[in-house]
Amino acid sequence: MITFEHVGIRYTGSDAPVLSGVDLHVPEGELVLVVGRTGSGKSTLLRAVNGLVPHFTGGLLSGRVTVAGRDTREHRPRDLADVVGYVGQDPLSGFVTDTVEEELAYGMESLGVPPEVMRRRVEEMLDVLGMAAQRGRPLVTLSAGQQQRVAIGSVLTPHPRVLVLDEPTSALDPSAAEDVLALLQRLVHDLGMTVLMAEHRLERVVQYADRLVLVPGGGRPLVVGAPADVLATAPVAPPVVELGRLAGWTPLPLSVRDARRRAGELAARLGAAPVPFSPPPATGDLVAEVRGAIVRYDGRPALRGVDLQLRAGEVVALMGRNGAGKSTLLSTLVGLRSPDAGSVRVAGEDPAALPSRELVRRVGMVPQEPGDLLYADTVGQECAEADRDAGVPAGTAYAVFAGLVTGATPGQHPRDLSEGQRLALALAVVLAGRPPVVLLDEPTRGLDYPGKAALVQVLRGLAADGHAVVLATHDVELAATVTDRTVVLADGEVVSDGPSRDVVVSSPAFAPQVAKVLAPLPWLTVAEVAASLKAG
Amino acid sequence: MTWHLPALPHLRALHPGAWWLWATGLATAASRTTNPLLLGLILAVAGYVVAARRTDAPWARAYGFYLRMGLVVVAIRVVFAIVVGAPVPGHVLVHLPEVTLPDWAAGVRLGGDVTLEGLLGAVYAGLQLATMLTCVGAANALANPRRLLRAVPGALYEVGVAVVVALSFTPQLVEGVTRVRAARRLRGRVHTGMRGLRGVAMPVLEGALERSVDLAAAMDARGFGRGAAEPGARRRSGALTLVGLLGVCVGLYGLMDATSPTALGLPVLVVGAAVAAAGLTLGSRRSTRSRYRPDLWRAQEWVVSCSGLVAALGVLIGAALDPAALAPSTSPLVAPTLPVLPTLALLVALLPAWVAPPPERHVEAVEPESSPAPARVEEVV
Repeated sequence: MITFEHVGIRYTGSDAPVLSGVDLHVPEGELVLVVGRTGSGKSTLLRAVNGLVPHFTGGLLSGRVTVAGRDTREHRPRDLADVVGYVGQDPLSGFVTDTVEEELAYGMESLGVPPEVMRRRVEEMLDVLGMAAQRGRPLVTLSAGQQQRVAIGSVLTPHPRVLVLDEPTSALDPSAAEDVLALLQRLVHDLGMTVLMAEHRLERVVQYADRLVLVPGGGRPLVVGAPADVLATAPVAPPVVELGRLAGWTPLPLSVRDARRRAGELAARLGAAPVPFSPPPATGDLVAEVRGAIVRYDGRPALRGVDLQLRAGEVVALMGRNGAGKSTLLSTLVGLRSPDAGSVRVAGEDPAALPSRELVRRVGMVPQEPGDLLYADTVGQECAEADRDAGVPAGTAYAVFAGLVTGATPGQHPRDLSEGQRLALALAVVLAGRPPVVLLDEPTRGLDYPGKAALVQVLRGLAADGHAVVLATHDVELAATVTDRTVVLADGEVVSDGPSRDVVVSSPAFAPQVAKVLAPLPWLTVAEVAASLKAG
Repeated sequence: MTWHLPALPHLRALHPGAWWLWATGLATAASRTTNPLLLGLILAVAGYVVAARRTDAPWARAYGFYLRMGLVVVAIRVVFAIVVGAPVPGHVLVHLPEVTLPDWAAGVRLGGDVTLEGLLGAVYAGLQLATMLTCVGAANALANPRRLLRAVPGALYEVGVAVVVALSFTPQLVEGVTRVRAARRLRGRVHTGMRGLRGVAMPVLEGALERSVDLAAAMDARGFGRGAAEPGARRRSGALTLVGLLGVCVGLYGLMDATSPTALGLPVLVVGAAVAAAGLTLGSRRSTRSRYRPDLWRAQEWVVSCSGLVAALGVLIGAALDPAALAPSTSPLVAPTLPVLPTLALLVALLPAWVAPPPERHVEAVEPESSPAPARVEEVV
């Protein structure tokens, strides 16, 4: 169905090729997962399938890419629209119309599908997506998971034979991601769709893949094979695979179910081993306190009386579905939004009433889009301005940045940094004022496993230095690794608040993979299991 | 306001073109009279139909917005008449101190006598403009502007898409500004002056640029511009359409401006419309696009658009028969009367309040999502 023959791709103005010598054949009806580190060329590979590379992006393509017998050299992306459906990373920026129904019909209109056929297919697709009730809704009012489903549905209505997806679940909360994956599963199994998909969050998708393509980056050849074989040596692997590596299981388990069926012996060994160490509840100074906070947007409550206390030296995970009020709670803590009722105190002061300069010394926040914090032309300038804003000696922010990241230079433009480096720069800028409270909103979007590992080190270091850190995240694995305490929000209320181990072990949505495999044993991460096995 | 929900289920939305024709008819009628009674009647007719048939969509609030804008227009017109208008002799209401201006500003007066005649003349003229504006507002409130764009001929498809994209970009831009300003506060910046502007504008524009590149890629991947006409044919049809539309503009101007020669009105309008139609047909013939659930033009659309036409014709004929009644004199002062034919014709324009299908009303839950607090963006078109 998709064939790459000796394909090499080099972008204009760059010396090194992104991909070279790529040979890949994807037969009809297969679900192929593309994995690799950030910047390794996954997106380039995906975009070459429908000719966006090089027709749209520019650059030089050598070799040949054919889809359903059509050569992308002779066919532009628009000429392949009837065989390849392509969904980019951010569904919202790819929407052309403004309501669900019209968006589903848009592709068919471009292809000149007769009106009766369009009408029928839109109705069918609304049922496949499970969104018949939202047919007339404006797209911007949908939840993130619904938007992603509409984006997928809108490229499916012209009945393509191949579906190409770039990070379809990265920005979604666990249950919205499951909805999208269930949809994909159905397309592959019932409709025989060929799917090529890139995804950072391997733990969510690897069990659905027929084959895995590892893009090592730097123009090195691809590694292609059955998921268990490729993951045995891959630098990126979900926790369940790492657990399998640790326990020496062959073939490696890919899903929680696989692993759980083999975990009997491991569970028995762990049962005799000492239970993993849980840090006692933090007893540091109270650095921030929210009392009975109520926040409304246009009369709709986003927070309904939230109480939260933060102590120096603790790392707190703030979890809950999209729209549960996580971001709103962070906004009130940092003084961007003062509550309609209740009080917020950070280091004894109301953050909304503080002048900006005072604020940065008490509380710092890295927003969802770390790039929003950056506007200088170079990394060095950015750090220098941060030092000036915070009134600290020159070089403070850059020292933090250099401690987080290797391989970046002060002369680089912030936009040229990788996702992880940009996050590090935003964090360095925030940390320049050494605020006792540090908030991070979804810090792992676009971070690969090594990037996350580096972030974990940084957060642990901050806690050890006596900062209170709050992490609003959907990433259950990260939360399990780094946090001591988990607060779950639902519908604007705190529904659980306690030691992470107690909160997540029993939760179907927020339990990390290792906890699901070993439940009811209280181990959360592979590292904990390894430590216990060594001790036992 | 409580709404009596219609017993009939929602069938379909009226073609937006029908609402625009109806509103254009009323606006044309308003352009031919300064009689405050007739203008008031037009406002009442448009207001009643809007109240009866608008939806609860964001654009449906346009009527109130245009009405307020109309009041501002009247106020400005009156203030100018008081302060700098040409002197109108008659009943003096107030005497303002007059400023003597140098010779080169002869003919311009600052201050002086304010007469009832001058004031009324200004109110009439302001009211006329305000009524025409409100008619446009009524069309905006009743017809989704985007659905109107969907109804454009295939030859204008690209233009239509550009406008739709621009319409969805504006709220995103506003949201971007809010986000970046919030981020600046997180950096401990106070946002003032040129440096502040640059700090906000750069990230917002960069973000907008990235979005538009993403959108272009998505549109290309979904077949936009497939089977487009060859450049020569496109240029020919484009030129024809442009010349035709220019003719339509000149014709409309001629029709609405009572002082221009008759030859400039209807004949130019008809010829221009024909040329534009030819250009559009030529351009649309090559388009291979199809339309999803196009708005249909049925009996109801005919009734709605014709009722607007009747109103316009009634006032036009009335103006020919009895010019004094449609433009009541303010100097000397004459009490305005309600001429029979235009009044009846304007009442015909009330028909859509019953003929047009009742609107669908539904309540939508919108949840705030991203951080920091997104600005509430109202769409005003």
